[in-house]
Amino acid sequence: MNLWDLNATESRRRFLRNSGFGIGSVALAQLFAEEGRGAPATPVADPMAPKKPHFSPKAKNVIFLFMAGAPSQLDLFEPKPALTKYHNQPIPDSMKSALVDTFKQNARLMASPREFKHYGQSGMPFSDLLPHTGTCADDICMMYSLRTDITNHHPAQLILNCGTSMFGRPSMGSWVTYGLGSESRNLPGFVVLTSTSGLGIEGGASNWASGFLPSNYRGVTFRSAGDPVLYLSNPPGLNVEAQRLRLDAVSDLNQHHLASTGDTEIAARIASYELAFRMQASVPELGDFSKESASTLEMYGIQNEVTRPFGTNCLLARRMIERGVRFVQLYHSSWDDHADLNKKITKNCNMIDQPTAALLRDLKQRGLLDTTLVVWGGEFGRTPMYEVRLASPEPGKEGRDHHALAFAMWAAGGGMKGGLLFGKTDDIGFQAVENQMHVHDLQATILHCLGLDHTRLTYRHQGRDFRLTDVAGNVVHEVLT
Amino acid sequence: MNQSRILLTAGIAGVLGTILVASPQASPPKIKVDYQRDIAPIFQTRCYSCHGPAQQTNGLRLDIKAAAMAGGVSGPSIKPGSSADSKLIQLVSGTGKTVMPPVGPRLSEDQVALLQAWIDQGASWPETETPSQAGAPLKSAHWAFQPVHRPDPPSVRKRPWVRNPIDIFILARLESEGIDPSPEADRYTQIRRLSLDLIGIPPGPREIAEFVQDNRPNAYERLVDRLLASSQYGEKWARHWLDLARYADSDGYETDQLRPYAWRYRDWVINALNRNLPYDQFTIEQLAGDLLPDATVEQKVATGFNRNTLSNREGGADPEEYRVEQIVDRTSTMGTVWLGMTVGCARCHNHKYDPISQKEFYQLYAFFNNADEINISAPTPGELGQYLRARPEYEKKRREILGDLEKQLAPQQAAWEKKTLEAVSNPGKDYHWDRQWELLGLVWEGGKGGGQLEGRFIIETEPAKRTETQKERFFEYFLRQGELIDPPRFKELNIKDVVKKLDDLENAATRLTQAPTFFENPHPRTSYVHLRGDFRSKGIDVEPALPAVFGSPQWDKKPSRLTFARWLVSKQNPLAARVAVNRLWQELFGAGIVLTSEDFGTHGSRPTHPELLDWLASEYMDGGWDTKQMIRLIVTSATYRQSSRVRKELEVRDPANTLLARQSRVRLAAEIIRDSSLAVSGLLSNTVGGPSVHPPQPESVTKQAFETPWVESTGPDRYRRGLYIWLQRTAPYAQLINFDAPDPVRTCSRRERSDTPLQALNMLNDPVFFEAAQSLAMRILSEKNGGTADRIRYGFELCTSRPPDSDEIQRLTLYFNRQRDSLKSEPAAVPALFPNRVDGTDPVDAAAWTGLSSVLLNLDEFITRE
Repeated sequence: MNLWDLNATESRRRFLRNSGFGIGSVALAQLFAEEGRGAPATPVADPMAPKKPHFSPKAKNVIFLFMAGAPSQLDLFEPKPALTKYHNQPIPDSMKSALVDTFKQNARLMASPREFKHYGQSGMPFSDLLPHTGTCADDICMMYSLRTDITNHHPAQLILNCGTSMFGRPSMGSWVTYGLGSESRNLPGFVVLTSTSGLGIEGGASNWASGFLPSNYRGVTFRSAGDPVLYLSNPPGLNVEAQRLRLDAVSDLNQHHLASTGDTEIAARIASYELAFRMQASVPELGDFSKESASTLEMYGIQNEVTRPFGTNCLLARRMIERGVRFVQLYHSSWDDHADLNKKITKNCNMIDQPTAALLRDLKQRGLLDTTLVVWGGEFGRTPMYEVRLASPEPGKEGRDHHALAFAMWAAGGGMKGGLLFGKTDDIGFQAVENQMHVHDLQATILHCLGLDHTRLTYRHQGRDFRLTDVAGNVVHEVLT
Repeated sequence: MNQSRILLTAGIAGVLGTILVASPQASPPKIKVDYQRDIAPIFQTRCYSCHGPAQQTNGLRLDIKAAAMAGGVSGPSIKPGSSADSKLIQLVSGTGKTVMPPVGPRLSEDQVALLQAWIDQGASWPETETPSQAGAPLKSAHWAFQPVHRPDPPSVRKRPWVRNPIDIFILARLESEGIDPSPEADRYTQIRRLSLDLIGIPPGPREIAEFVQDNRPNAYERLVDRLLASSQYGEKWARHWLDLARYADSDGYETDQLRPYAWRYRDWVINALNRNLPYDQFTIEQLAGDLLPDATVEQKVATGFNRNTLSNREGGADPEEYRVEQIVDRTSTMGTVWLGMTVGCARCHNHKYDPISQKEFYQLYAFFNNADEINISAPTPGELGQYLRARPEYEKKRREILGDLEKQLAPQQAAWEKKTLEAVSNPGKDYHWDRQWELLGLVWEGGKGGGQLEGRFIIETEPAKRTETQKERFFEYFLRQGELIDPPRFKELNIKDVVKKLDDLENAATRLTQAPTFFENPHPRTSYVHLRGDFRSKGIDVEPALPAVFGSPQWDKKPSRLTFARWLVSKQNPLAARVAVNRLWQELFGAGIVLTSEDFGTHGSRPTHPELLDWLASEYMDGGWDTKQMIRLIVTSATYRQSSRVRKELEVRDPANTLLARQSRVRLAAEIIRDSSLAVSGLLSNTVGGPSVHPPQPESVTKQAFETPWVESTGPDRYRRGLYIWLQRTAPYAQLINFDAPDPVRTCSRRERSDTPLQALNMLNDPVFFEAAQSLAMRILSEKNGGTADRIRYGFELCTSRPPDSDEIQRLTLYFNRQRDSLKSEPAAVPALFPNRVDGTDPVDAAAWTGLSSVLLNLDEFITRE
């Protein structure tokens, strides 16, 4: 048989059918599926094929808005009149012992420079920095009593993402795509988008690492500059037809080699090249907003320079969800306001508030919010006291230090109770006094929304069954519908 | 290896392997059942969690012979000779009311059949150490803890196939299965396989021609020797070791500061491998080189192995917490690398499966707990002379800058030190001074990769006992950070200006290469058990000691790190040699004899060829831990030399190729994929060693690293081998990560081999690979005259090390013609594809050659070792 005179695709099909290696059917099913001809891709060779959850899920997808650097809950979500009353007073002695970091024992309380308003039927408070988010109050489940273990950025980011401060464990998006696969055939199942105020994300890629899980589950970063996916563009001088010529030649030669070696890995590589080719078309299509209505673009603030970076990522996230991407994580950094908090937090809120609200509203009006879990928050919160490490700042330019004992995060859609104010902190927001929730509990709850039992989503590595929640975590049923 | 296969084999390889081999059908095995091979794995994976070292539900314990035979509260459960009367069989076969195990899937019919046959054949259970008295730690019956015995090779029928003893073990097993080995690979495959495996670079056309035509009977062995003698051998095998050493060029964590001298240790590894330093010495120098009598600089440089742990210099990080993290990591890494054990599991609690208690973990930890970080001068050849010549001038300028400042500021320095030390004993009193102490632990040597706690060590050393260098460096630190003690005086003396001048002088000075090493702290720390793994919760204090499972060697005094390192590579340790030869095997066959090369414990995989593993281990030790010789032995075996062609008739019987009835096809490691494309295109730089390089990569990758600029290398440094690429922990080089280079955050003994669309995009479109395609086109056109088919033949052989067949030539010609035709209507694309000119070649043709070259670089065969 002479393969080369035939139409490339037809020849491949015939070749696969005739090859005597017992893999023909698998590769063929894939080929048909790639061409949109029904016949769901057989899961054998595709680690991203959709898998059944442990039980019936509320949410199918997740959008995690990760506010890296730790935003101040006391200036955004929690009005604390006592802080105003005791402004500039030392913290009560009874609280000092909870501070591992001895510096903070010297610190004085700091009133919030912001005003608060109550929104929606729930009367959920938001500061004047988040007027847009406030309008979504009745879709939001606000959790005030989060707690984490460490007050350094990177270890704490790892706890929130990977369940432990130790480097090298799989992140939440990896666990979820490992557990559920992805509905998208043309895009990666776990995508990371970043928008920053100039600095990178502390800790970088370890936050979306696949750890000991196969690297197929690693978060794929879509980049705001250059190619959105690394090496997506053809080299200069090669247009799409030339790329197809290359791929057909590579595929045919690989099939020829498959016949002489009998190694089915080659069939898998051929499929990877085909997916890569499809991504070259589907990723630019994803970022092409020309078919979005003017009102949608305006809602996300795409035309406005301040809101454009985060707004673009929010709109991309919605478009990915529509196309079946399982887990989208948006990073915005940095909220690490040790000094000049009032000015810096204002700047960040101006960037993210309108797009965040637009995302919730847009998902809702398209009927996607019920099946999409949106989570908003950072790796810890900030102290009710001034930062003391820096030389005494001018009045009005104070900041707050890291605080792991109590902080707020919120979630919406995907099975979370809208308009719920869950948990409570003491008068100055120092410690939780009601419904304390460790980040492991949050993780267990997120997985639960997706139909996954966090104690059963495990991976055997070095003789142990590992899981996202390490050895802890309880589903918090009170926040669920 | 595909992912599903990894999942499968990692989970149940032990059981599955045994069953497939012992009993293809679910009928009672006719062979003699072997306790260690067939029965212990079942007990371990399905019974130990309730009837093992940690728990003995209903009094039954199955990991010790006497206890197992005695039975539990309801009497004996095993009746040798009569499976029908054995309660164990009733329970596992589910004939009665109760079924064991109570959770998880039932034992398979094969497993039950094996247990039945074992009992019927007399339940023989080889004697191991007698269990100790109640309460004392127990020794283990697990295979990996038994001494290495040199087994006699079994007898085989097909003697002529055998080239060395390795083959006897492999063949015996194949013959018992009725399987023939595969034929030998052809010469082209042989030289490509050997070149990629031994030096990590494909062979050139001349080397191929010479080898293919070499009719001498020892042509193969001569090739092996030539490759082992190449300096590229050390570069290839260093990369495996650097995975274990979690090598990187930055600190890790948030600020991820630079370690500009980490490469000095990397070069030590390359050099040690090239001079074939015996593995026992290789081990001792890396773990305790600083403690050797009259240690040389190179022996100290070797201790850089353990300087590759992460450092946290973020404000608010407690340096003691992260020092403890480092010691824990050093202990765990030692466990993986030399014991093949997950000892780190015992950090927070007793190991659930292996005989390591939490106390024993901290006894191992105690060996490392007193080793402190320090950078030393470790000049490379030629450096010292220059340095010494420049020194007097430097000293003179330095004196001019400093004048008598040290004297003038002596009272301030003394007061500053006093107040800082007071803050240590009385924290929380004045945060300014708390901060001075914190800073000293965070910023000392930051960005230089130096010992983070050295400053704290110096301040705690009485001034009179400090060395001149310590005094000098500490005074400079005081100038930079000590202003708090007397701001007016610092202003008056213009210290800011002085510091700037010092910086300028330092930046312009001729410096000596530094090396990260260790020194033993003269004030020994007490080590404790950390309750629940938290260093703030101190349990009982512990002394350095071995876990009881390894016995108690006669050490006359308090054992040091050096004593421990020597024990690790002594014959008293049953694991080091087994673990090491298994890793070599893994690199040469794609999978180890123990698949889980990082875990030889009871939850790791069982060896597929236990006798062979022991034979290799004893050969390694008896041969003086000669690594090159061990590699030579393996690659000259008939087993290694087989074809890798998949055999359809074995796909069901031995899907993972554990019997080795053929070689394996293995996708190349990330670095070798890069190196190969640079080599075949003629771009590769041959420079060995030196500081790490920054080849081009998209800004969107490098910007991920916190405030660390990526200054692109120029000239030949753009084309260095992959192992020389600067490894920034928070933003590793994208191509390496795409192809499964491990995150350099902890030890890695076995890389994954995935297959993703991002890899395809990387090979197709990355400018680095496309530049290689352009350069390969240039090479084909300038080195090969003749028609299109001749040139295709040449390029194909450059990339795959074999001549193409006629179908392949035809398909590539078809591509070439189509690409050329389409370029005729697209003249603008031509210079983009081929920017240079070759005399006598039409530019359109040349551009089509770039396309064709890139097709060759994208072949599965190009990134695979057959």
